[in-house]
Amino acid sequence: MTQATPAPRFAMRGIRKSFGATAALQGVDLAVAPGEVHALIGENGAGKSTLMKVLAGAIRPDAGEMLLDGQPFAPATTQAAREAGVAMIYQELSLAPHLPVEDNIMLGMEPIRFGLRDRTAIRDRAHEALAMLGYGSLEPRTRVGDLPIATRQVVEIARALAVGCKILVLDEPTSSLTLADIDHLFGVLDTLRSKGHAIVYISHFLEEVKRIADKFTVLRDGQTAGSGAIAEHSIEEIVNLMIGRKLEQLYPRSTRTPGEVMIHAVGIGAAPKPVNATFDLRRGEVLGLAGLVGAGRTELLRTLFGLDPVASGEITVRVHSGWATPRDRWQQGAGMVSEDRATEGLAGSLSIASNITMNLSHDASPLGIVHPRHIETVAREWIDRLGIRTRGPDQEVRTLSGGNQQKVAIARLLHEKVDILLLDEPTRGIDVASKSQIYELIDRLAAGDPEHDIQPRAILLVSSYLPELLGVCDRIAVMHRGTLGPARPASAWTEHTLLLAATGQGTPA
Amino acid sequence: MKRSSSLAQTLGPLIGLILIFALFAVAGPASFSSLNNLETIARQTAIVGTAALGMTLIIIAGGIDLSVGSMIALVTVITAALLQAGLPPIVAALGGIATGLLCGFLNGYLVTRLKVVPFIVTLGTLLVVRGAAKGFAHEQKIDAPLTWLKELLAALPQGEGWRIVPWGVWLAIALAFLVAGVLLYTRLGRHIIAIGSNEQTARLCGVPVDRVKVIVYSLGGAFAGVAGILQFSRLTVGDPTVASGVELDVIAAVVIGGGSLNGGEGSIAGTIVGALIMTVIRSGCAQMGLPNWVQEMVTGVIIVIAVALDRWRQRRKASGAA
Repeated sequence: MTQATPAPRFAMRGIRKSFGATAALQGVDLAVAPGEVHALIGENGAGKSTLMKVLAGAIRPDAGEMLLDGQPFAPATTQAAREAGVAMIYQELSLAPHLPVEDNIMLGMEPIRFGLRDRTAIRDRAHEALAMLGYGSLEPRTRVGDLPIATRQVVEIARALAVGCKILVLDEPTSSLTLADIDHLFGVLDTLRSKGHAIVYISHFLEEVKRIADKFTVLRDGQTAGSGAIAEHSIEEIVNLMIGRKLEQLYPRSTRTPGEVMIHAVGIGAAPKPVNATFDLRRGEVLGLAGLVGAGRTELLRTLFGLDPVASGEITVRVHSGWATPRDRWQQGAGMVSEDRATEGLAGSLSIASNITMNLSHDASPLGIVHPRHIETVAREWIDRLGIRTRGPDQEVRTLSGGNQQKVAIARLLHEKVDILLLDEPTRGIDVASKSQIYELIDRLAAGDPEHDIQPRAILLVSSYLPELLGVCDRIAVMHRGTLGPARPASAWTEHTLLLAATGQGTPA
Repeated sequence: MKRSSSLAQTLGPLIGLILIFALFAVAGPASFSSLNNLETIARQTAIVGTAALGMTLIIIAGGIDLSVGSMIALVTVITAALLQAGLPPIVAALGGIATGLLCGFLNGYLVTRLKVVPFIVTLGTLLVVRGAAKGFAHEQKIDAPLTWLKELLAALPQGEGWRIVPWGVWLAIALAFLVAGVLLYTRLGRHIIAIGSNEQTARLCGVPVDRVKVIVYSLGGAFAGVAGILQFSRLTVGDPTVASGVELDVIAAVVIGGGSLNGGEGSIAGTIVGALIMTVIRSGCAQMGLPNWVQEMVTGVIIVIAVALDRWRQRRKASGAA
């Protein structure tokens, strides 16, 4: 029940936390009322996750106080916070894929009867939680591993409800969802809002934030940069708060002159996707691949790069046609940035230097001898050139922010001096400032630099973020259920026509 | 940073080794810290230590090899048979090592082709190779003429003290430096670490993952072959039942030395220290007259403590960096 002036469900005041010499939080305030969706916004490294870890009891603050329903709240462990009603939904879902939905929802609090799990009670309570979210029709006995990712997220939220959570924290919940799934999720959040839950919503997608949130708080460098009602601020204002300066031109575009064909693909098919993809990629252009998540764009890139086998069609990379391994592709001058930094793109436990030089194609002597100092020098050079924020070339990649990790992944391609860049969602989950640097870089690479005798490169860009595609690409093709449509100049598309094509509702006139 | 952290990685086990040694030196008989006993410890460490060199590579690459003990047995049998057939010792020894290499190659080939996890593949070859050794030897020991091979791990004769330890130990030391160099200074070494750290990334980067794995298991087999020659030197006969369960000592040496069964981590220096820790416990307990079961329990406790300390150190490092 929302009152006229609701007392906050929880309040954090003057929270401070330092790790060694780094002050991660320097006196942050956050208060969320029952029935409020509060967006927590900030670049990577601004302190969002540290603040949420404090709320969840994973980290104890150096200073500051917290109130939960007016009572002092100082969880010593995550378990204590959970019992008090704080539930975190992370980007990587924490469900047991081999267990059915009902067991996942009731995991750790199974009702016991006569010393055995009470299956009926488990099913009833799981069903109750799902029904509350409008998913009453979901069969509780389905294995979670068989569910699509969006439904798994609902299961995770249902688990939070079954525990009796009052505060729900969602960290980048939409980054792997399709547009339709996002609508469903927002429906679920509306339900929770009407039931008086306090929701903290962390996201980089400001358009979404604008849609779902009531209020917002922007963090920058561990401080509150601004907060207020979301309806009273434009996206531009919020972005300016995030980066602390005006964002002039997000998508630079130098003069690009398309040159020779670098990839010639005819009717590419692989099991189960893509079905049929035909396109040419030329030197000196950025070709965008639009489409819904699951349309087969990632699979197309993987097939091109030799990570997945080709079932049909012909790929010619420069003069090389036929089957190839990733190793062959690198030697042919192609490189790929994976959409999944954590599991494929980078070796998180290895250093920046090891990640950039992992191919070692021209760092080793003919006998295969490599000197560590040489690798360090190489890494230093790229840290400087791409402005990677780090303690040094030996820092483990997993301890870098998302934006800096992505720069390491791209540095690997540049170090190999590739002419063809296959970029799969290169700006996913990274902050606006890093995004703008990556756009600049893409533009520089596509345009080349005749004065310094640097050849333009060919870039194939997969992105689900339409403004980015329209801003960065020269031509865009849309993939729908594994079939790639014709590439048209970016100026011939709008967000609207791209979406229509992506959902298979005809091609633009 | 990386170099200092890998130093710290070895430092922990090294301090442990020194503490355990000091404990026995104080509590045990005076003979424990005698030069003579140090030489014995070195000799006893050589077999497990040599096999552990290959195992370190395998574990860093994210694999495991349970068939090491069986390979050692097969190698002693083959070597003895070759000697019996009248071949010169060097040929017999190389034949033994080649046998180990072939077994390792088989492991690598099966792991990469069948896409079955190495634990299962090598559990299978553990039995297959042990069976082959028994079958080849008709379930008997194979006698062999005495040659210089038996000198490899024999106690130093009078007047040869300048060697400090027998040639077999020097061989193990040389191989340790060689493998450490491969890990640190070669493309192969980098690729091994990359595969263990994140196989998918390595594949994306064009690392020939399958080829490197086959090489790593083959090397593991070759080192088991050398360990088999050293074992033969101790036995002077080919024994198809020898070295049963040695694979666990070998894996323990790597793990005590900071190797992670998740791959990507481990060092040769750490492994050698790990192997020494186990021999020192064994030797110390024996000299103090403690029964066998005490040694076993102490070794078991040390393994768990060593790994727990290592994880604790890593957690602290990780939380400090966040």
